[in-house]
Amino acid sequence: MIDMIKKFSLSRLSRDDKPIAIAATFILVILIAGTIYTLDRFGTAPLFSPTYLIQQLQIGSFLGIVAAGMMLVILISQIDLSVPWTLAAGAMTATAVGGEWALPAALVVGLLVGTVNGLGVAYLRIPSMIFTLGVNAVMRGLMVAQTGGFAPQTKATELMRYIAAERTLGIPHAIFVWLAVSILLVIMLRRTSFGRSIYAIGNKEAAAYLSGVPTKRVTIIAFILCSVLASLAGVLLAGYSTKAYQGMGDAYVLPAIAAVVIGGTNILGGRGRYLGTVVGVILIVLLNSVLSIMEMPEAGRQIIYGLVIISMLLVYGRGEKATS
Amino acid sequence: MTIRDANDLLVLKGISKRYGGVKALQDVDFSCGRGRVHAVLGENGAGKSTLIKIISGVVQPDEGSMTLDGAAVSFRSPAAANDAGIVCIFQELSLMPDLTVADNISISSPPRKFGLIDAKAQRHRAEELLATIGCEDVNPLMRIRDLPLSRRQMVEIAKALGKKPKILILDEATSALTSSDVEKVYAMLARLKAEGVAILYISHRMHEIEALADDASVFRNGRHIETFKKGARSNDEIVQLMIGREISAHFPPKPAYEIRKPLLEIRNLSWENRLHDVSLSVGRGEIVGLGGLDGQGQKELLLSMFGVLKRVSGDVLIDGVAQKLNSPIAAKSAGGGIALVPEDRKTEGLMLPMSIAENLVIASLDELSSGIFVDETKVSNAVADAIQRLKIKIGSPDDAVSTLSGGNQQKVVIAKWLMTRPDVILLNDPTRGIDVGTKQEIYRLLRELADEGAAILFYSTDYDELIGSCDRVAILYDGRIISELQGDAINEKNIVAASLNIAGQKSEGGAHVGH
Amino acid sequence: MSATKHSDLGLRIRQNMGFSIAVLLFVIVYFLYHLAHPKGFSSQVLVQNSNEVFSLAMLAMAQTVPVLLGGLDLSVGAVMTLVDCLASHLLEGTGASVGFGIIACLFAGALAGFVNGCVVVFGRIQPIIATLATGAVYMGLALFLRPIPGGKINEDINWAMTNALGDFAETVGIFDDGKAAWFQPVAGVPTALVLLIIVALVTWVPFRRSVTGRTVYAIGSAEGAAFMSGLNIAGGKLAAFTLAGLFAGIGGIFMAIQTSSGNADIPMAGAYTLSSIASVVIGGTSLLGGTGGAIGSIFGTLILKVISFNFRVFDIAPLLQPLFEGLVLLAAVSLGALSILRVKNQLELFR
Repeated sequence: MIDMIKKFSLSRLSRDDKPIAIAATFILVILIAGTIYTLDRFGTAPLFSPTYLIQQLQIGSFLGIVAAGMMLVILISQIDLSVPWTLAAGAMTATAVGGEWALPAALVVGLLVGTVNGLGVAYLRIPSMIFTLGVNAVMRGLMVAQTGGFAPQTKATELMRYIAAERTLGIPHAIFVWLAVSILLVIMLRRTSFGRSIYAIGNKEAAAYLSGVPTKRVTIIAFILCSVLASLAGVLLAGYSTKAYQGMGDAYVLPAIAAVVIGGTNILGGRGRYLGTVVGVILIVLLNSVLSIMEMPEAGRQIIYGLVIISMLLVYGRGEKATS
Repeated sequence: MTIRDANDLLVLKGISKRYGGVKALQDVDFSCGRGRVHAVLGENGAGKSTLIKIISGVVQPDEGSMTLDGAAVSFRSPAAANDAGIVCIFQELSLMPDLTVADNISISSPPRKFGLIDAKAQRHRAEELLATIGCEDVNPLMRIRDLPLSRRQMVEIAKALGKKPKILILDEATSALTSSDVEKVYAMLARLKAEGVAILYISHRMHEIEALADDASVFRNGRHIETFKKGARSNDEIVQLMIGREISAHFPPKPAYEIRKPLLEIRNLSWENRLHDVSLSVGRGEIVGLGGLDGQGQKELLLSMFGVLKRVSGDVLIDGVAQKLNSPIAAKSAGGGIALVPEDRKTEGLMLPMSIAENLVIASLDELSSGIFVDETKVSNAVADAIQRLKIKIGSPDDAVSTLSGGNQQKVVIAKWLMTRPDVILLNDPTRGIDVGTKQEIYRLLRELADEGAAILFYSTDYDELIGSCDRVAILYDGRIISELQGDAINEKNIVAASLNIAGQKSEGGAHVGH
Repeated sequence: MSATKHSDLGLRIRQNMGFSIAVLLFVIVYFLYHLAHPKGFSSQVLVQNSNEVFSLAMLAMAQTVPVLLGGLDLSVGAVMTLVDCLASHLLEGTGASVGFGIIACLFAGALAGFVNGCVVVFGRIQPIIATLATGAVYMGLALFLRPIPGGKINEDINWAMTNALGDFAETVGIFDDGKAAWFQPVAGVPTALVLLIIVALVTWVPFRRSVTGRTVYAIGSAEGAAFMSGLNIAGGKLAAFTLAGLFAGIGGIFMAIQTSSGNADIPMAGAYTLSSIASVVIGGTSLLGGTGGAIGSIFGTLILKVISFNFRVFDIAPLLQPLFEGLVLLAAVSLGALSILRVKNQLELFR
């Protein structure tokens, strides 16, 4: 199957488009496999219904927003492991502050976390893997100390409910938020000098620096955007589930990285298209959903999830030999 | 044409190698003999490095056969070639910076005790090998990372010697050495030669080849053109064989020397213990060369003017206005703009996987933007202009810059900076490892830029280049300008004398001590 | 001669600054802990601490090897959990069956690591992503073995391994059931601590001095150069990941013995993986590869753990503990990074 795809449709695609096409094809495979299952089991085919797909997109929008920020950071060959508790802190701040200041307060939290991450990575040049891990622990500590270790008793505000869960013309607002974030990001990456600087830094930071690219500033802004998007996702998630809770971000960091990589972005930075990240997010969300429709136990889900990531990357044929 | 005799140690027959659609080597016959130094000459892309890679097992040929000592051989890996006695000294490519000198020297076959590495024996071995090339000052426990470039190169040589080579290949191995080290390496090569080792020597420096080689082979476009004995061909003939066409003049004509109003003024610049009180000025339309032995502060001088070095004391003035140069961003916009063509195009000059167009515009994104958006029309016009002006040979501007030859890559670096229309252009050894044809284009371009009003400061390790293209040459020694030469005083004798800081050179005609 | 020896020592200390600081820091903080502890300097406290440290220390050693390659292994926690669940099935019986079970568990850990290595080497996938994926697979297998926490471990082993040497000797029936006079001075030493030292001595120390071990360092330092030097790159990587799997497996076996059960807890596996990275960094190993070592990582773990011990004895609100741990990690890496401020040639920052 995959060989056929390669042979007939991929030969003319560019290096960056190929993974996106493969991932998109795989999404269809998931949907078809799921439909065969539901037809066999229940005699219905809900997976291709707009209701189902829109619902999946709504769930996907939270991961999608996190992955968008993660992609920026991965493109400059860094990573942000502080996402889980930045997301939770955004949600908790929003619910705790309440009222009309809920959303701005949450975004300010993201801004602060991102600034700390960016400063540590850009100025102290600490590997982001470890620095953001430390920041994540600090954020967790702050939140635990703040809430006394219990689930916070505050609730999502009306506005949060509105932008996360309510619908216009049958489409959940969360999808609009994801769409807006996506459009902004695509424009930024493709059309602004900031976007070009991001790719330059990811490819060869020394060359970018010597070309007069403000490498420190770009690094800090990338981390800020990542954290702000994480806290925005937290606000949405709190609105969607009507409350903020500890550990609400834990399930987002690794899937976000996986989505970015499945979408064809090089984990070492410098290469990848935003569309790929969107496709990667949809793939992961649908895979989860179809597996749960199939009543696959957690054990099987984990195994399939891992195998899908590996096989996708094997198909992409990534990674160059040291000698080349 | 190939010289053959019973003394041949390594013989290659009908060797071909392709990379994708590019024929790197075509039907090459080649041989080298015991106890002889064999120079391999050719432009970049002529196939020299592919030849070496095949001999040393880094890549495998598509066609052809190789015999060593009369027995057919084929090497699957560098390790296999090493086992057969073929050892290559790369340009600092095979050292691991986090390992110690001793570890590096014995990396492939360390002395062992009970199956484990014997650290003590390994250290003794390192000390012995370093002593044979007069490098007793290097402590074998030092990490490579903490050694200066010239010492690293000596370690690389010691490492190669430790493999007891039958055939030793030196690929531009002396480019980073100090002159006293070069002497030691020459002496070492003479000893190996006497022991019957075959030596393949690759260098772009003609005088080294004259001094060392017994035989020379010229390569061009992946083919073996000719092999001749030392002295059988003149330098001009050799150059002609390499580029395959008549060359009229190596360098564009220089204008008559005149004293110009300085555009760039450097006053009392000092940094760490690498630069001491350097003062120098470059006028509009002037090309000033930086000379001297490698590592005397030339690179640091250029970097300090580009805002890369921190805590530099002294002043840099452009058009009489003092500039605050604390980052490349500041340097880019200082006065009429400063540009730097850095030392290593692959790691400092280019983002290799990115496209030619993306590389070209990265330094001038601000100028090519309207508001916050990059203006695609401006970009494609600018890219087309740059490619045309520098005659960069490309398929499409969207190809990765890594697909270009070394010379064309360097042109991309230069073109990138010309797009910012700089008044002051700093170049750090821009022609290192570049073929003769492209070198000449670069010389012409520099003269054009000067004529258009730029001030050019140009560091080169090649004396001929300084002599041929500079209006004035400042020689650095130990972080100080010890001599400035101009007009007819720019000749090899004066440059060498000043570089070595030989007393008495100051009195020679035209030369005077820096202010 | 003595002058050179002296300067060599200085050189070695300078080259291992991160490690030296980690050891010093641990000794100071741990001393304070014992001073403050009501039963300070007693075998009982030592035993308790050793048991708490052991599994994470093994995981930190496991993480060290891929990090030295310049990679990262996000599956170490999952491998530990997988072996933990496997052990909870295999270590129930007595005598030879337990011995067989332990060997099977070690083999399973090493195999999981070997598979990681294969995906990285032959699949040419970046270690961090490859192990993110294989980690999910191992977690799935662990859940398959133990959908809910449970299982049982031979009680004698549990007792012998999680107490002092005296108890070990008594259970195993050596040295007059641990009552031999000569044995008394060491009878109070925790078994887990001895096991940790033994594992380090029989695995890491020889590995560090083997050609394969040095190949791992060489790859992490400069892979291209290592290849040019004729080193076996694929073999080095496979060995590194296999060794990581083996260490993680030992951690898993101990965890099963200690808790006397198997538990496929996904968040716990993730937390262990992240702590292993923190331990490695605090122990002075560079995430860029090429420098450091597993002994440093053990001290990294000790520092992380001793901080939480101190929380207990100094009676600090437990809610502040995660915050404090995070701050210590940040402070440790930031202090290590201060040398950046001394760099006067900005190009040196981009190595």
